[in-house]
Amino acid sequence: MSTQQSRSAAKLMLAPAVFLLMAWMLVPLSMTLYFSFKKYLPLRGGDLGWVGFDNYTRFVSSSSFWPAIGTTFLIVGGVLVITVMLGILFALLLDQPFWGQGIVRIMFIAPFFVMPTVSGLVWKNMFMDPVNGFFAHLSKAFGSDPIQWLSQESILSLTIILSWQWLPFATLILLTAIQSLDSDQIEAAEMDGARLLGRFWFIIIPHLARAITIVILIQTIFLLAIFAEIFVTTAGAFGTKTLTYLIFQRVLESQNVGLGSAGGVYAIILANIIAIFLMRIVGKNLSD
Amino acid sequence: MARAISKKNKIINSLIAWTIGLIIFFPILWIIILSFKTEGDAIRSPIAVIFSNWTFENYFVVQDRSDYFKHFYNSVFIAFGSTFLGILIAVPASWSMAFVPSKRTRGILLWMLSTKMLPAVGVLYPIYILFIALGILDSRVGLVVVLMLMNLPIIVWMLYTYFREIPEEILEASRIDGAGLREEILFVLTPMALPGIASTVLLNIILAWNEAFWTLNLTAAKAAPLTAFIASYSSPEGLFYAKLSAASVMAIAPILIMGWFSQKQLVRGLTFGAVK
Repeated sequence: MSTQQSRSAAKLMLAPAVFLLMAWMLVPLSMTLYFSFKKYLPLRGGDLGWVGFDNYTRFVSSSSFWPAIGTTFLIVGGVLVITVMLGILFALLLDQPFWGQGIVRIMFIAPFFVMPTVSGLVWKNMFMDPVNGFFAHLSKAFGSDPIQWLSQESILSLTIILSWQWLPFATLILLTAIQSLDSDQIEAAEMDGARLLGRFWFIIIPHLARAITIVILIQTIFLLAIFAEIFVTTAGAFGTKTLTYLIFQRVLESQNVGLGSAGGVYAIILANIIAIFLMRIVGKNLSD
Repeated sequence: MARAISKKNKIINSLIAWTIGLIIFFPILWIIILSFKTEGDAIRSPIAVIFSNWTFENYFVVQDRSDYFKHFYNSVFIAFGSTFLGILIAVPASWSMAFVPSKRTRGILLWMLSTKMLPAVGVLYPIYILFIALGILDSRVGLVVVLMLMNLPIIVWMLYTYFREIPEEILEASRIDGAGLREEILFVLTPMALPGIASTVLLNIILAWNEAFWTLNLTAAKAAPLTAFIASYSSPEGLFYAKLSAASVMAIAPILIMGWFSQKQLVRGLTFGAVK
């Protein structure tokens, strides 16, 4: 029941947020589009004119493009598999009654609040350093050679670091979803003689399907954009250059803005494809 | 779905949960321990580390050598500033969409969400040169603005889901009692919305505090917050484990404590209300 007056007041109240986000989106985006069609080298001659789709073809045909796509795919896929699978198990575990639930929950969630540069550097030095790291000491205690984590198993190392950071997010969301499951339903299934595994597959997993989808989509968007963890650990060396990192290097390190901008447009398109699926789910929730 | 279980099962559950919990928490526990050791002891084997002497020295060294509190202040300024500004802009917007919805509300909300999905690296150069042109590269104000814009969609969404839970009947009753728009917002809506606003603030301070793309790329010596300060340890000189540990503990402690208070809101905020 809104009057004419409150309607126009509402519009006025909405305006600043809409205007700011519009500017935040349109201004840089159109600049990126503009640069992507130019040969633009700020340190080596500046604006060297229009080149059409040249940057777009050069970005995908450069020797670092496919490796970067491969790395991105491995890291994002690896972290998704680990966090979702362990997340389901941990959520089921945390849902059981046990002593000290509050403290244990805090321990499970804590890694999410650690800033990316801290977790990157702590894992790199205190755990994965082949000489002084915790894992190296463990290997020596067992009489085996320490693993050169970040140089020889670089993608695995980053997958471990990122999984540690994102596991709490998956666990927390899946736990929230499990807790909304009706215990009558479980008990009924138990009485019908459903085994533990049967209960898991036919009741719990279908109930979690929506939450799992949301975890996957949101994590994918964040994981495609990871930057600091790579910046402080390998700086893109040892095959850890993701699409995001490759674009960063093109733009700021080698100052090839045209080429980097074309890469940026690819990244934006990729993120939007995933975003469409996410928005569909979130949007459905809105109309409920 | 917690149900009554036997005591034996509870013991087994407790053992498993505590073991996994300690493993997950271990990296944080370990840097807390290392931060109280000397540099020489910090690189020894784990057992030798635990039985070596304890010291507070690192915490003072970090402050003396690299002016830790300057970076801490930058983090506080940027995280609180961007959140405060974001709330200021988002409260009216969310209010209007929650209580005076129109045909376009759904579209606007989803569009706002879509701006959050824009990969930052895609607009890195434009923002970089705009910052140079405006003279706000390596300034706290510049980061406040960027982080506010980055998190504005989350703030609007969270507030929107909280506002929608306020029963409209109460607002209508106050209107019948003759409350104007201003009184309605000040005396009826605000008190009811405060818990929701508080948890939105909390989550956004956490997100802004830990943001590590723009803070790394848009700051140098002057405005660098803790994320960028810690990153300077990626090319260290000499032994640094104990100092890095102390600096890290100080950087994450405030947010760890805030985070524990906002567990529940975290889910709602980060899933845009899709999971509650």
